[in-house]
Amino acid sequence: MTTTSIRVVETPLVLYALRRADDALVLGHRLSEWCGHAPALEEDMALANIGLDLLGQARSLYSYAAEMEAAGHTEDDFAFHRDAPQYRNLLLAELPNGDFARTILRQFFYAAFADLYWRAMMASPDPTLAAIAAKSEKETAYHLRHSAEWVIRLGDGTEESHRRAADAVAYLWPYTGEMFEADAAERALVDAGTVLDPAGFRDAWDKTVSDILAEATLEKPAAGWMQQGGRSGRHSEHLGHLLAVMQSVPRAIPGATW
Amino acid sequence: MSTQTNKTVTPLWEVFIRSRNGLAHKHVGSLHAADATLALQAARDVYTRRGEGLSIWVVPSNAITASDPGEKGMMFEPAESKIYRHPTFYEVPDEVGHM
Repeated sequence: MTTTSIRVVETPLVLYALRRADDALVLGHRLSEWCGHAPALEEDMALANIGLDLLGQARSLYSYAAEMEAAGHTEDDFAFHRDAPQYRNLLLAELPNGDFARTILRQFFYAAFADLYWRAMMASPDPTLAAIAAKSEKETAYHLRHSAEWVIRLGDGTEESHRRAADAVAYLWPYTGEMFEADAAERALVDAGTVLDPAGFRDAWDKTVSDILAEATLEKPAAGWMQQGGRSGRHSEHLGHLLAVMQSVPRAIPGATW
Repeated sequence: MSTQTNKTVTPLWEVFIRSRNGLAHKHVGSLHAADATLALQAARDVYTRRGEGLSIWVVPSNAITASDPGEKGMMFEPAESKIYRHPTFYEVPDEVGHM
């Protein structure tokens, strides 16, 4: 690690874009870790495809953040030259892959939110955000279908797959509440009508999740205490390790191309 | 195969894709999936990543009855000597245009 991190001027809109971009990048990177390790070739490719969709979403959002910040930073600067406390992603996105069930449940919980969110954001008066939402919505709709079908089969599958899926639900559940939070900076954008209040999607998310978990014969946990902190840079110990891997080459050889 | 029971073998599916301007679905390959829904998803993920198609069919491989390669002689060679079956022995009138 020979390079220093950039300093970002986080206006509400820059912060907003970074939060969504970081969700997509970090979750996409997690999925890329399955490449060559998934239970079957078909799922190896499916997870890599989803990871690449998310990487594309991250790139669009980082470009937008760079444009809004107007400080000469590039999408690569945001991805590779910020430390963990500067990352604004949901804790859910950075949690380790665990087994296939945990990866699938993590994807399902996120996609069930993102699908609703991006579809609604297509109506944003900000044309760039509306365009990003339109592209993301199609991708995320498939991520939701893919993960939901697996949740059903894992939950309603063998004794072992049910146990693993149930463990994943229990492990991930306290990290789902963060998706619906908006701090003062984001609330300002909500009030201005630029973005939508994530809390407004809770009921619809809850219904999707309840329906699929019921079909999967998995018990939906009772609402309880929820983890938070990712949006303001207080991360689990896992993110630092992820970034160390992801950033090692650009930090060691800045500006390297291939 | 003999060491595995049917329960532990994920079924094989044949994948057919209709391309953007193709009229018919064409066989593109096969994959393993537990059921038809997952087979369709896997076909999408494995075989249409580069915009190859607009429609997918998946068919259980064991639903396909195939001719025996060992019977190639009996099945297909007799047709080889019947060149008169090809419609190449008459002139197409100009008015017909492209066929």
